[in-house]
Amino acid sequence: MKLLNYTTSYFSAILLVLLGIWAVIFYLEMLDEIYDSLDDGLDNQKMLVIKRAKQDTELLQRSQFKDGNYTIRPIDKNSAISFKDFYRDTLMYMQNEDEYEPVRLLETVFKKDDEFYKLKIITSMVEEDDLIEDLLFSLILLYVGLILSIVLLNNLILKKIWNPFYTLLQQLKDFRLGKDQKIETVPSNIDEFNLLNTRVEQMLGKSISSYNSQKQFIENAAHELQTPLAISINKLELLVEKEELNEEQIELIASVLNNLEGLTRMNKSLLLLSKIENQQFPEEEIVNFNELITNLKSDFEDLAGHKEMKISIKSTTSLKYKMNKGLARILLSNLLKNAVIHGQRNSEIEIEISAKNFIIRNTANNGALDPEKVFSRFQKDSSSKTSTGIGLAIAQTIAKKYEFQLTYYYEQKHTFQLRFPR
Amino acid sequence: MKILIVEDEQDMLQNMKDFLLKESFVVETAESIAEARNKIGVYTYDCILLDINLKDGSGFQLLEELKQKNIEDGVIIVSARNSLDDRLEGLNLGADDYLAKPFHMAELNARVKAVLRRRQFNGNNKIKIGNLSIDLDEHEASIDDKPLNLNRKEYEILLFFTSNQNRLVNKSALAEHVWGDHIDQADSFEFIYSQIKNLRKKLKTAGADIEIKAVYGIGYKLITQ
Repeated sequence: MKLLNYTTSYFSAILLVLLGIWAVIFYLEMLDEIYDSLDDGLDNQKMLVIKRAKQDTELLQRSQFKDGNYTIRPIDKNSAISFKDFYRDTLMYMQNEDEYEPVRLLETVFKKDDEFYKLKIITSMVEEDDLIEDLLFSLILLYVGLILSIVLLNNLILKKIWNPFYTLLQQLKDFRLGKDQKIETVPSNIDEFNLLNTRVEQMLGKSISSYNSQKQFIENAAHELQTPLAISINKLELLVEKEELNEEQIELIASVLNNLEGLTRMNKSLLLLSKIENQQFPEEEIVNFNELITNLKSDFEDLAGHKEMKISIKSTTSLKYKMNKGLARILLSNLLKNAVIHGQRNSEIEIEISAKNFIIRNTANNGALDPEKVFSRFQKDSSSKTSTGIGLAIAQTIAKKYEFQLTYYYEQKHTFQLRFPR
Repeated sequence: MKILIVEDEQDMLQNMKDFLLKESFVVETAESIAEARNKIGVYTYDCILLDINLKDGSGFQLLEELKQKNIEDGVIIVSARNSLDDRLEGLNLGADDYLAKPFHMAELNARVKAVLRRRQFNGNNKIKIGNLSIDLDEHEASIDDKPLNLNRKEYEILLFFTSNQNRLVNKSALAEHVWGDHIDQADSFEFIYSQIKNLRKKLKTAGADIEIKAVYGIGYKLITQ
């Protein structure tokens, strides 16, 4: 749920409760005020009636309301003395509405010429159900009005206030280390947002610079290693040609040479990795993967033939994608190389090409590999002496660069699937 | 044959010099662009091995000067900067080849010989060793004028060996040269063995007076009798 909607939903719940409580209190207060003024009116009328009754004895005979709003009846002295003024609600038949309606009734006693009389005065009252209905209706109107204004305010004012936050958030969403992006913050009057902006800028700045220096370090280190490696290998090549060496010495030199060559390969791979990550392969063209894999197959034929392996290519359609051709070649050749090197003797490497997928399978002598680890650097199969454990990491780096999905799974065979976007 | 090595890394320079001297080339060296410029002004070289990152400037600079002065010495760029851009720039400026460090001596030898051949055997592009002759235009090898019927890989192997006669050829140098870069991480170079075996058999049946000898643990040597 979005922040704005979240606050709105809270507001609407709180408002519902608040307005409910407010309505009850308001209703009771109002009713109290109405009774108060009705009772005052009745009291006033009582005094008027009593005054008139003292002059006009005819009034004392009035025992029915009829067209008036009071009755007078004589009562005995005993009950009169203990009687106190008394207001109550009652129902009375109303001619105009043809039903019983609530009325307010005042009962009192007065004395005239030693006789006691009981006086009842009525006045019409508010109809509570109508009042409640009206009140409820206005309340709903008020509630809806409030919610609408909150939503409106949220969208106009809060959005404006939160703008620096959302701008930052949007940029963070698209941010990737190594993509050379800049985060641009919106200056704000709000301290919290300014703090957030500066902190995020600082933290990103740190990450970017440490990422860059790490990248730079790998590249420089690999680069600086090239020359001493070249010199060492070449010196050994010269040494091994000396006539006076015996077989044992030559073997020792051969072993050193092998290790140095392994180091050179690893170094080249690291350089390649950092070059890919540094976006140093900007040229792109349409690469035909069917043609590419057919060419690579013939390059690997000798190696596969030596292990008595067969490489079969099944393609349903032609697969083309715009990317750097050199990287496409490295990507496929690393996958194929992996299959040839780790595949079993006398087995078959199956390659399948469809419109969006490139799949390569090889048989295994050890069950499934950990799909999490298979693409990480220096993840080596211990049975292989000379592989650097970087080939698949390079393939994954290239795949990521072009947003391909390179995944590994095991279904009787090791399967590497390259899924193309589109 | 006269070769100039322009390289500011002492050890590297010495290696190349030692190696090429054994091939009976006349080898001169320069450690800076200025020094190289002087030497080129005085002598003509058949091949110049040119490093790019030099103390007093870029090798490309020298290459440009050569082009302007119409000096047609063969040039092989030898650089640690293995980038496509450098390679293209070098070749555009008239370099004959581009070799990335680190490299095997046998590879350097093959490249130098190829440049020399291209410049010298005008029209007659053939190599002769004993009774073996290789026609570089036709990509064909024959013994006593009888074709050997080699496949592409066997032909490449034989050609690489002829550039490195009587010298020890490292297995991985051979693999990289013949099978290309992506074979370099191959588990082992055992598969080369079967190719060599076939080649040897063909040479022997045809009665060649050259022989490919295995040097245990390291590689092979082409011996001329």
